[in-house]
Formats: sequence, C-alpha cells, structure tokens
Amino acid sequence: MNALAGELWPYLLLVLVGYLPNEIWRALGFFAARGLDEGSEWLVWVRAVATAVLAAVIAKLTIFAPGALAGVPLALRLVAVGCGVAGFYATRRSVFVGVLTGEIVLIGGAYLLSL
Amino acid sequence: MRSIMRPMSVARVALNAVATHGGAMPGGATNFETSGAAFLGGVRAAWLSVFAYVLFGTYIGIGALAHDFNFSLLWATLSTVLVWAGPAQVILISALGAGSSLIEVAVAVGLSGVRLLPMVVSLLPRLKAPQTRARDLVLPAHFTAVSMWVESMRLIPGIAVERRVAFVNGIASGYMMSALLATVIGYYLAARLPNLLTAGLLFLTPMSFLVSITRNSVLLVDRLALVLGLVIGPALAYVAVDLDILWAGIAGGTLAYVGHRIREALR
Repeated sequence: MNALAGELWPYLLLVLVGYLPNEIWRALGFFAARGLDEGSEWLVWVRAVATAVLAAVIAKLTIFAPGALAGVPLALRLVAVGCGVAGFYATRRSVFVGVLTGEIVLIGGAYLLSL
Repeated sequence: MRSIMRPMSVARVALNAVATHGGAMPGGATNFETSGAAFLGGVRAAWLSVFAYVLFGTYIGIGALAHDFNFSLLWATLSTVLVWAGPAQVILISALGAGSSLIEVAVAVGLSGVRLLPMVVSLLPRLKAPQTRARDLVLPAHFTAVSMWVESMRLIPGIAVERRVAFVNGIASGYMMSALLATVIGYYLAARLPNLLTAGLLFLTPMSFLVSITRNSVLLVDRLALVLGLVIGPALAYVAVDLDILWAGIAGGTLAYVGHRIREALR
C-alpha cells in the first residue's frame, strides 16, 4: 500500500502544483469570455494586455535567463535577440529565418567566447 | 497578405475571409466541408509553421530536464499533456526536483500561467458560431498556449466561423504531437546533450515568441503593447515588484489601449 502511494505521489504533485495552478488561468479565461462576442471593444484591450504580458515574459526569459542559458553572457543574449529580429525584417518577415539567425548568433558566439 | 485583427462584425470577418482567399496563408483561407477536414487543415497548418519545430526543440530540453531530475517518462509526457506550457513545465520540474516547498512551486507555476488568461479571453469569442455550445470551447481553452494562440489569431480570419473550433483544435493537436515526440526523445538523449545545445534550446522560447508576436502585431495598439511590455516587464522585475509580469501586462496593455483611443479620437 505504501509502495503504491509512493509511486502515485509524483503524479499527485503534478496535478496539485503543476496542472491546477496553471489551468486555473485557462478556466478563468473560459468564464470571462462567455459574455463577450467577437466585436466587443473589450477585446482590443484584452489582446493588448495579452501582448504586453507576453512581451514581459520574453524580456524576462532573456534578461533573467533560466538554467544553461544563464551561462551565456547577457550582452551576447541581447545581441542574439537583436540579430534574430534583424534577420526577421531582412527576409520579409520570416519567423523561421529570425529564429535561426538568433540561434546561430547565440550558439556561435558562446562557442567562440569559450575558445 | 496579413490578416486584420481589429474586432469586427461577422459580416466583416466573412468579407475578410473572401479577401484573403487564395492569399499566402498556409493552411488557411479554405472553406472546409466538414469539421474533420478543418481539424486536419489545422494539423497541417501546425506542421507548416515554425512553431512545430521550435516546440520540438524546446521539449527536447524539457524531456532532458525531467530525466535529469529523476522523473519517469510517463510523468514527463503527462506534464506535457496536462500543463501544456513550456515555461511552467521548466519551473515545475526544476523546482520540484530541487526540493522547493510545494507552496512555492505552485505559486511559481501559477505566476507563469497568468499570460494564459488574456489569451483565452481574446481567442474564445472569435471561435463562437451561433450553434457553438459552451462545452465545445473547453478543449480550445485547455489547448491555449503561446504557440497555438499566435497561429490561431493569425489564421482564423480566413476560416469560416463554424469551422474555427475544429481548426484550432487541429493546430494545437499538431503542436502537441510534436512536443510529445520531443519529450520522449529528449528524455532518452538527456545525458548526451552538450551544455551549449541546452542553452540554445532554452533560447528558442524567447526568440520565437518575440519574432512571431512582432509578425502578429499589425495594428498600432498591438505594437505599442509589445514595446511597452518589453520595457516595463524587466524594469519591474529589476526592482523586484511582486507579480511583475501581471502588472507589466496590465500597465503596458492599458497604456497601449489609451494610445489607440487617442489616435482614434484624433482621426
């Protein structure tokens, strides 16, 4: 019985501290969206908030980087982001080229720095 | 041809769908005969978009992380299906693995999930046809993540309203298949991934989010929100304000909206 509980414990944790605290926002969004229709002026504001939240997440992931990315100097991370955006505009807004350019600059730069 | 994301009446959406018909919208601009066809069209659109590959890379990293912290493969894949948000999974796995208190882990995961609320609120009303039942929107709400939201908001103006639920479920399913496969591969590769590559995989998330949200920000209000969020977010994080992401979103989004209203008034 104890062995079974021990094996199920990680899954219970997954639901309690992973699934539920994340899913609550989707559930709240589901109920908040019920009264709104596509033409609602509120949605312009909500979409602006969603965009700004996402921008803040992007900036935070770049500047206060997690895990192995923190080992790459901040200046190089910022240069890589800049080159990625430049690559995106240089190729008539290709997301693929933008991401690829940023990755090449980041990994190539980190490789050269460690030499 | 770019889609116009201004809120609009159903008639104008239909007009827009006609206008974009035959345009360069991958997987979109098609009137699907059945919901099944719309779902498959969504899967196809997912695999044609860069996000399928970005997610693949990101989830290689997440699978490897789960392996390093001694979670089982079943646990790792279940976390992808249930949580379905990259940054939340990185926090969950590393914080649980490092032995943080359960309350701390739940709060950290909860804070990272705030972005999902405005995404769900802005997406679901655009999926509603007159015959759409509330329960039809449960799955799209769970499927909402940055990748799915960005591609859905971009492509649904070209999709008939009654096919949008199936279409966005197809997009998300295509992405989830890619992420699940990568979780498994990353789990088995774990020990063999060099540090430099792991850094590159973690960089995929901010880089791809930034370029794709830049592409989607066509209107002044969205561009303003993007720039303001990029500036206010790290500023608040730097001075260690609680709930920095949430406040950056509300402040940046509201200022952008005010800018939009001022410009409308001046017209």
